Parts: sequence; C-alpha cells; structure tokens
Amino acid sequence: MGKESWRWFHRFGSPPHVYGLADRMVPWFAILGLACLLTATVWGLAFAPPDYEQGDGFRMIYVHVPAAWLSLFVYVLLALASAIGLIWRMKVAHAVAIAAAPLGAAFTFLSLATGSIWGQPMWGTWWTWDPRLTSQLILLFLYIGFIVLNRAFQDQRSGDRASALLGVVGVVNVPIIHFSVDWWHSLHQPATIAKFGAPSIDTAMLIPLLVMALGYKLFFAWLLLRQLQAELLQRERRAAWTKALVTGPGGTVK
Amino acid sequence: MTPRRKRMVLVLSAVAGVAIAATLGLKAFQENILYYYSPTQIASGEITFDDRRIRVGGLVVDGSVQREMGELGVVFDVTDELESVTVAYDGILPNLFREGQGIIAHGRFDDDGIFIADQILAKHDENYMAPEVKESLREAEWQRRQRELREQQEYSGPGEDY
Repeated sequence: MGKESWRWFHRFGSPPHVYGLADRMVPWFAILGLACLLTATVWGLAFAPPDYEQGDGFRMIYVHVPAAWLSLFVYVLLALASAIGLIWRMKVAHAVAIAAAPLGAAFTFLSLATGSIWGQPMWGTWWTWDPRLTSQLILLFLYIGFIVLNRAFQDQRSGDRASALLGVVGVVNVPIIHFSVDWWHSLHQPATIAKFGAPSIDTAMLIPLLVMALGYKLFFAWLLLRQLQAELLQRERRAAWTKALVTGPGGTVK
Repeated sequence: MTPRRKRMVLVLSAVAGVAIAATLGLKAFQENILYYYSPTQIASGEITFDDRRIRVGGLVVDGSVQREMGELGVVFDVTDELESVTVAYDGILPNLFREGQGIIAHGRFDDDGIFIADQILAKHDENYMAPEVKESLREAEWQRRQRELREQQEYSGPGEDY
C-alpha cells in the first residue's frame, strides 16, 4: 500500500484545505438544493394526485418522509465521522460530527412533529409509545446528548472523544428504527419505498417525493458545510490561516 | 499492534458490545414492546390479561359495524382472518376508521369477553394510491370475482343434472 495513494485522504485532515473546499462547494449545493425543494413543493402540493383514502392529508409525506430519511442518514454520517475521529485522531472529522449534530436533531424533530400532526386526524392520536415512534424519539435524545457531551468539557479534545464514543455506539439505534415496523406489531405503517420489491406508491406521487428527498439532502449538505466552516474557524482561531482570512495574505486588513 | 489498530478494535468492540446488549434487552422485553395483540394470540390464551389494559389489533370485519342511534357508541368485530374479537367503543373514531381497515383498540375485556375500548387508533397501510387507480383496482377485483362465480356455476351446473 503506497503512501501516495492516501494523500487525498490525508488532505481532509487539513482545516484550511477543507475550509476552502467548502467555500467552493457551497454555491452548488445551495442553488441545486433550493431548486429541488421549490420544484418538489409545488409539484407535491399542487400537481400530485390526492390519496384514495387520506385525500390531501397524505401530502404531509413530502415533509415527513424526507426529514425522517435524513435524520437516519445524518446519524450514520455522524457515527462514521466520530469513528474516523477516534481511530485516526482526525480533528476535522470531529468537527464534521459536531457540525452535523444540530442539523440531524432538527430533522429528527421535524419528522416527529410532522408525524404527530398527521397522526392526530389519521390515527386518532398525537403520540403513542409505538416502537417506531419511541426509537425515533431516542434518536433525538442521542443527538442532544452528543451535543451536550461535546460541549461539556473545558478541553475540546476530551469533549470530542467522549461524544464520539456516544455517537459511534448510538448507531445501533439506526437499524432498530428502520426495522421496528417489521420486527414488532406497530401502529406506524411499514416501509413504502425502502424495501425489497416495487414501491407501493403511485409514480405520480413518488417522483416529487424523490425530488424532495434529493432537495433535503442538498440543503443539508449546504448547511453542513457552513456549520463545518464556522466550527473550524472557532477551533483554529489562533492558527495562521484563520488570521490570513481576515488580514489577507500580506498581513494587511482586507 | 499499532496504537491506531488498537483504537480501531476498541471502537468496533464498543459498537459490538452495545449491539449485543440492545439485542438481548429487546428480546427480554419483547412482550412489552409488542404494541398490540392479534385476536389469534388472545384466543389461544397464551397471554394472561387479568385486568390489565391491553391493545388489540386487526381488520374491522365487513358488515360488523353497528351504531347506536343518536349516540357515538359503536360495536364491531376485529379479525386477523383466523380469530375475531368483538369491540365496543364510545367516542370519536379516527378519519381512517372503516370496514376492512386495520385498527388498534386500547382497553380491557369485560366479563362477557367483549373488549371495551377507550381509544381506537386507525392503522394506515404502506400503500399510497390516486383515487382513479383505486377505482380501477376495485373494478378489476369485481370482474375477477364475477369470472370466478361464473366458472363455479359452469363447473357445478351440469353436475346437478345427473
């Protein structure tokens, strides 16, 4: 295994490199993400057909499902970044994990809130201790626990290690959330799209949903990069490259 | 073993440990996590309820829903295609409640074996369809049944002449 082949990986360990990369990528994610979100919102709310049983109430799917998918996706990302941070002692990886945590918590909260609003008329209750709902609530607490633990230490490195360990072992909850509807009798319906076999949803409803999910992902990537930049500046506030950002390369104020 | 390799093993074993603990924990509490019982589980007598509040889930039997005039009270049967349970409920039913729909009733059995529910939740399935699609599916189903009926008549028809 040549040392050369790992250079691309090691460059991600360099905060100024990642900071600059984020600057170049942000506009793309922002423009494409907003375009997808706007298209899918209009398409899903105005043009997709109503459901045969729920009528227009089903349109909550366009907010709820992408948020729920993303809440799991972000957690896996957080756990991977935490593991890389722990094993390779990579500071940027820890910064990625703590940058992702509040965003993941927000999407988890959104999935719980929209599910609750939909559940009241459709199921007949705002909340119930169903396996899917309970495991998703635990996910929210994991995110919050991660943030609190990370910020609870005077020394940033101790905080990073403690929270990363919680982040890594918490990943056990992700398959539990996904399969909870298959493993136990639950009130929440089983998977419509993420399953073996064809999705059991009309194509006219599915396409705007997938566009919306893509929009959520891009929107998340945009916010993540901005959060990461802020986190890197905070952590590297005494480094030469951050000072150079303010003063310019020559040492004069830009 | 390099320090990095050591940390990798530590992280992986932490995850494996928590995964095993979670699996055992969930297995141990299987019955408590179970959100509802099916009518078959109740009929088999495998669970002792005593006076406990439980949830019963299944499909509302077609034609079994009886409403009391001018009241919210409703009585219906819930089935899992094998066994059924009679449920009585006095309150507002959720939007998705109808015959043939999956529901979950929360309450307890009275002395006559009738399930007195204090909460009814409608279970939504994973299928999303436009109304026209549902209509054409219903149409296809009706035609299939008609054909079956005709085939049965043709099959048994001449038999009775002998």
